[in-house]
Amino acid sequence: MSSAATMSVSTRDTERYEEKDFGFWLYLMSDAVIFACLFATYLVMVGNAAGGPVPKDVFSLNRAAAETALLLLSSTTFGIAAVSLWAGDRSKVLLWLAITFLLGAGFIALEFSEFSGMIAKGAGPDRSGFLSAFFTLVGTHGLHVSVGLVWILVMIGQVFAKGLTAPVASRLMRLGLFWHFLDIIWVVIFSVVYLPGLL
Amino acid sequence: MELKSGIPVERTLKPYLIGLMLAVILTAIPFGLVATGALPRETALVAIAALALVQILVHLRFFLHIDLKTAPRENLVALAFAAVLICIMVGGSLWIMFDLYHRMMV
Repeated sequence: MSSAATMSVSTRDTERYEEKDFGFWLYLMSDAVIFACLFATYLVMVGNAAGGPVPKDVFSLNRAAAETALLLLSSTTFGIAAVSLWAGDRSKVLLWLAITFLLGAGFIALEFSEFSGMIAKGAGPDRSGFLSAFFTLVGTHGLHVSVGLVWILVMIGQVFAKGLTAPVASRLMRLGLFWHFLDIIWVVIFSVVYLPGLL
Repeated sequence: MELKSGIPVERTLKPYLIGLMLAVILTAIPFGLVATGALPRETALVAIAALALVQILVHLRFFLHIDLKTAPRENLVALAFAAVLICIMVGGSLWIMFDLYHRMMV
């Protein structure tokens, strides 16, 4: 039985994990800078609808609210998985990771239907500067969430196969940083893209 | 709990639940503002931006556990540096592009 409480980690390993955490944090900060550039592009382009659909025509407040709820809940369920990790409860870690995956997958499903619905209505990324910027910004976030979903699956596999060993736990903590970071980006997306667009 | 490693760091349920509660409130207000149209457009935009800033801080504090006392110093420095970069790039882009826009409209 492996549990966080009985796990012994050498000082050298601890330092290595701390270095990895810091490296991953630097990656997140540079990713935040990328998103900031996409937000700036969107704000510059949002008025350029080229006679096509404007934000009010293509956004739905209910869908944005549902996407927000799914992502926020998934952040919380990931937190519960982290609490279970600390308690060394392997089956609970697996359960809450699986719930987090389902919530994240629900988010992606909603976003996919939103994108395909817009493209079907002729409001695809090729229609106007506004729509190019919209698809780039929100699509980049969706791509990150999709990568996060794959990562969650990989970690479910590792927890299942290897148990809660120190390297697995360390990876789970970084996955947590990534997942919570994506939720922050989403807060900015609904505050910059959806809500002002529907106001 | 004889765990020498910083990993996994002790996690309790409480901060996540506090974070969830605050995030729900901070999300419900701007969505409600848009749904009801209770405030004039300009005021509502300012309120949405302010609430988003507060919610980012809530997420950093309760989900990412960034704390001015316990978080490693270099992480905070990187965060502050990224924040400065973001302000320069977003602020600078908007300033230049909208200035250009107004000049070309004349």
